[in-house]
Amino acid sequence: MISVKNLKKRFDGNVVFDGFSLELPDRGAFALTGPSGCGKTTLLRLICGLDRDYGGEIECGGAVSYVFQENRLFPTLSAYGNVFEVCRDKEKALSLLSSVGLGGDTDKYPAQMSGGMARRVAIARALAFPHDILLLDEPFTALDGQIKAEVIELIKRLEVDKLILAVSHDPDEIAALGCEEIRIK
Amino acid sequence: MKKHGSLPAPARAVIALAFWIGVWWIAALIVGREVLIPSPPAVAVQLFRLLGTSEFYLSVLLSVARITAGFAAAVLLGILTGALCAVSAPADTLLSPLFSVIRATPVASFIILALVWINKELIPVFISALMVLPVIHGNVREGILSADPLLIETAAIFRFTKKQKLLRIYMPAVSPYLSAGVRTCLGLAWKAGVASEVLCFATHSIGNRLYQSKVYLETTEMFAWTVTVIGLSMIIEKLLMAAVSAWQRKKNYDIGKKPEKAL
Repeated sequence: MISVKNLKKRFDGNVVFDGFSLELPDRGAFALTGPSGCGKTTLLRLICGLDRDYGGEIECGGAVSYVFQENRLFPTLSAYGNVFEVCRDKEKALSLLSSVGLGGDTDKYPAQMSGGMARRVAIARALAFPHDILLLDEPFTALDGQIKAEVIELIKRLEVDKLILAVSHDPDEIAALGCEEIRIK
Repeated sequence: MKKHGSLPAPARAVIALAFWIGVWWIAALIVGREVLIPSPPAVAVQLFRLLGTSEFYLSVLLSVARITAGFAAAVLLGILTGALCAVSAPADTLLSPLFSVIRATPVASFIILALVWINKELIPVFISALMVLPVIHGNVREGILSADPLLIETAAIFRFTKKQKLLRIYMPAVSPYLSAGVRTCLGLAWKAGVASEVLCFATHSIGNRLYQSKVYLETTEMFAWTVTVIGLSMIIEKLLMAAVSAWQRKKNYDIGKKPEKAL
């Protein structure tokens, strides 16, 4: 569950949110859409507590996992290490990497990965972390058609009883994930 | 990067060394007085003579022990104070002037003060440590502050423990700074340590032998001891940097230096 009430937020002197409210249930898929700079990423950061400089109330009922806009992989850890580090479960880490098509690349380091590979590791890591809410910020950037479809199916399958809140500019991605659209002006 | 010819690096180093020994030799021939500039062969003969004495090994051993002890103590203390100042603004405010004063004070002042304060045998340990401490402190502090803020946020989301943050974020960030600091400081420790041995007459020390050579105008022996100091400093630096590199490789901190490919 996510509850945002009367949110007020300024960013670099500009008003981003002024009395914004949002109520999301315990499960389901939702997508934040809107023009660039309207505060989609800011809202995700506020919801997960990375940014605490705001007015109003934000309640987040459950553990949050996050696929950031950037991959943010730990450079001294391999693909496997990056996923294992957040779940401490060897089988789960290997299974998720295999599910995103990286079963043969588990020992590669971020510096050795292509953009698409790094993105898939970032997604596998977010799925591996025990969570109730999954935040996705432009999650499928750098993924090509077939891989993107497989990863979307994986997320839908694993996150069926969880709450997904995604940011995306791509209507096809939003539709494929089965997200209800929330437009921010 | 521009390549320096086709010769391997060791061959180039030998050629450069031979060139400068040649320059030294020519200077010695021009001056023509061993008491002012001894020739390289004379210094080599003197060095071999010293190598046959037990005093040489005792002096070298005790000098290495004193300087290494000071260096090691300063590295450990510098890591602690650097980490403390990176995470605590009050500690940083309190300690910054102290390290600025240590950096700005001439080493001779510290040696003379140390002669009043402590046992002369411990002065090289103290002085070596004092020269190394501010550099390691500053580098560790900078390294911690350079840690990627995006990874720090990521660790917060995935609820990393303090140990995980230390191992996955801060140690890789500090590693290149610490490595550079260690490389810089080893030479500093040797120079300051031997200088303090000269001034405090530490028994069985390279510095004391250098001082005795100066008193008796045995310039050839002074050069031989200087060559010994340079050789020891280089060997210890090579060994230490090899150990640091091996540690960085084992922990994958060398991989960590490479940037993640852009999306």
